[in-house]
Amino acid sequence: MAEKKVGSRREFLGKASALRVKMVILGSSGVGKSSLALRFSKDEFKNSSPTVGCAYLTQVVCLHDVTLRFEIWDTAGQEKYHSVTPLYYRGAHAALVVYDISKRESFVRAQLWLRELEKHYIPGETVVGLVGNKTDLPNIRQVSLQEGQSLAESKGLVFMETSAKSGEQTSELLLNIAHRVNQRTMDKDRDLTEWREAECVELYQGNRPHPLTACCPIGP
Amino acid sequence: MSSSKLLPGTYTATSVTAFLLQPGQVKTIRACPSTWINESVLSLEPGTVMEADVHNKSVPLENGSLAPIDRLRRERSDSPTPGLVEGTEPGAGQDSAMFVHAQSFEDLTADAEQGQEEEEEEEVREEEGGGDSERTPEIGEPKNEGGGSEETQGPCSKEEEEEEEEGGEAGKPIYSRYGTEEALSSTMGVMMALVSFVEAEKNIIRSIHAEGYKVVFLRKSPLVLVGVSRTRQSERELTRELLYIYYQIISLLTLTQLNHIFQHKQNYDLRRLLAGSEHLTDNLLRLLDQDPGLLLSAVTCLPLPSSSRDVISSSLQAARAKSLVFSILLAGSRLVTLVRKKDQFLHHMDLHLLFNLVGSSSAFREGEGWTPICLPKFNTAGFFHAHISYLEPASELCLILVSTDREDFFNLSDCKRRFLERLRRRSAYQALHEALQAPSYPVSQVGIPDLRHFVYKSKSSGLYTSPEIPVPYQSEEEQERLMGLYQYLHSRMHHPIRPLRSIYRCAEKENLLAWVTSGFELYLCFSPLGTKALAVSAINKLLKWIRKEEDRLFILSPQTY
Repeated sequence: MAEKKVGSRREFLGKASALRVKMVILGSSGVGKSSLALRFSKDEFKNSSPTVGCAYLTQVVCLHDVTLRFEIWDTAGQEKYHSVTPLYYRGAHAALVVYDISKRESFVRAQLWLRELEKHYIPGETVVGLVGNKTDLPNIRQVSLQEGQSLAESKGLVFMETSAKSGEQTSELLLNIAHRVNQRTMDKDRDLTEWREAECVELYQGNRPHPLTACCPIGP
Repeated sequence: MSSSKLLPGTYTATSVTAFLLQPGQVKTIRACPSTWINESVLSLEPGTVMEADVHNKSVPLENGSLAPIDRLRRERSDSPTPGLVEGTEPGAGQDSAMFVHAQSFEDLTADAEQGQEEEEEEEVREEEGGGDSERTPEIGEPKNEGGGSEETQGPCSKEEEEEEEEGGEAGKPIYSRYGTEEALSSTMGVMMALVSFVEAEKNIIRSIHAEGYKVVFLRKSPLVLVGVSRTRQSERELTRELLYIYYQIISLLTLTQLNHIFQHKQNYDLRRLLAGSEHLTDNLLRLLDQDPGLLLSAVTCLPLPSSSRDVISSSLQAARAKSLVFSILLAGSRLVTLVRKKDQFLHHMDLHLLFNLVGSSSAFREGEGWTPICLPKFNTAGFFHAHISYLEPASELCLILVSTDREDFFNLSDCKRRFLERLRRRSAYQALHEALQAPSYPVSQVGIPDLRHFVYKSKSSGLYTSPEIPVPYQSEEEQERLMGLYQYLHSRMHHPIRPLRSIYRCAEKENLLAWVTSGFELYLCFSPLGTKALAVSAINKLLKWIRKEEDRLFILSPQTY
């Protein structure tokens, strides 16, 4: 039943439409959340100043049967903004918790973020990813690959180490998340209705920097 | 004072050091990272910190000056004279003012001194700086408050070094402009000792003058700000700068939250909450050194034909949302237009804080920013939520939409889209892009031979105009030196006891003239070869020129929702 709905809905939407995916990026200050978001949306790298509040970016990901329009909420890592971050992970389809492999403290904080997220998401609905960023700094690595992996495994999370600076593994990460989000919506009856509610296709057609028809895997 | 580290010599000519202290003893913290994260990073319940919304009706508005002040509107004269009544000077808005009516420097500092007025002022004058050129002219200075004018001849002694410190209630450092807070902790301790020593006698320490230094204290519980300076800036100017820093902090946290924190934890390390925002304070201090707008309590506009500006304003006005209070279009640090909700006024200080936020963060270029921000002159208790984005990725045009609803992001994002769509269809967009090519004008346009630079502020509109910085002042040091001269003139004109109407000063490298009336403030910088008679005659010529160009240089018809 559910599958059928999905199929028909998607046929109806056609190739020019996209489903909205809300993704939030969390983690402590300076781990590279904004740089990751910038990689996702523009495949660029720039040295940036600390994020103020929250930044909103978008990227369209085309899977073989569906187009997902990722709405990325890049949150500020600073403590003073933490009270507003629930605004952004509420109802998110995907959440990335980022730490800096060269700073153990950020890994500790990532675990706290995961704990915090667990309070708010219903398991099986939000795709949560654990991301160890800054693999371009292997010489000062403080958190080993295994540590990250085992943490992710114990909680059933997507895990990946990336470098927003060099672009290593970033597109793979987004694609991986996209597949999982897509899978979840196929599987879950409940998600589907939420998806429909969230759809807002007409609003964004034709006047967005990323034309929804341009079906490229990832990146501009 | 054991402040050898602080003292200048190593600093550049107009450096300002700023420290910020908070209650509690000076001690090293952060013994165990994981526990302190645990107890306070994530345990902040949503809402405890940023819940306060501006529309919380139970919160009284802090300043009662939100309503517009009626003022005289007479016919606009084509050849304005310095005797013009406020509201008819060149650049005065035709309808209502855009800003809260804070026309004078006194407005700014008034609230800094509230509650201090009853206290007796404690001034420790250890020693007047040797050869202090600032004090000598006072002897021959007319004491009248009205048309006093002053002429000082002779070389203007070279700008002295300036630093500023800022400090607080019991000594935990929060911010310092130069050096690390830790390295300065003993100095901070001395500052706090001074503050509490004087307060024990129910007095308030405002400043210390010693060896050419001014040490200025601003007590805004729970914070204490201390500025140390060796420039010509007056004590009040320094206090104003400290006040800006204070409001910068409030804009990130709200006063309610700040008080709440210190009520519950006296020795809380505020740096934790301010982490990642140091660049905002750094940039604000830089602006205070370089931007005449912060000195004059005014904002400058992008020169633009009024027809184009009106089209842009009405496009912005058309893209409204229920929660929208202010829409501001900026070109760099210049105002293109501002649309406000009827009966809601933006204070220029809040606007400067918004400018500073936008100017010091590159992040808004990449996506749409959405941030809580407190506008302290509007209401220190609550947050607005600002949607900040650039119209085009490489453009200088930045749109700030200030809303009361923290969940209204998509609505505001849509407002921006509608505004841009509407604007792109109009020729005004092209005109705007052309104006961006020449965001300022050379002083030669005015046609006064010896005039190098000027700053003209219309008091009733709160807007100022100024030509581009001319050749001799283009380096950062020279630009700050010129600003320092204006600061000096400004402090003389607005002296709390002996304010002046005009001042002419022959300095070493330039001649300066300042003129203040009820309608405007004018600061001029002439080449050193000019004469006083020529300078005075230039005023009328300049005012005529500004009147002729006012449509382009000012926003004469501000819009409301």
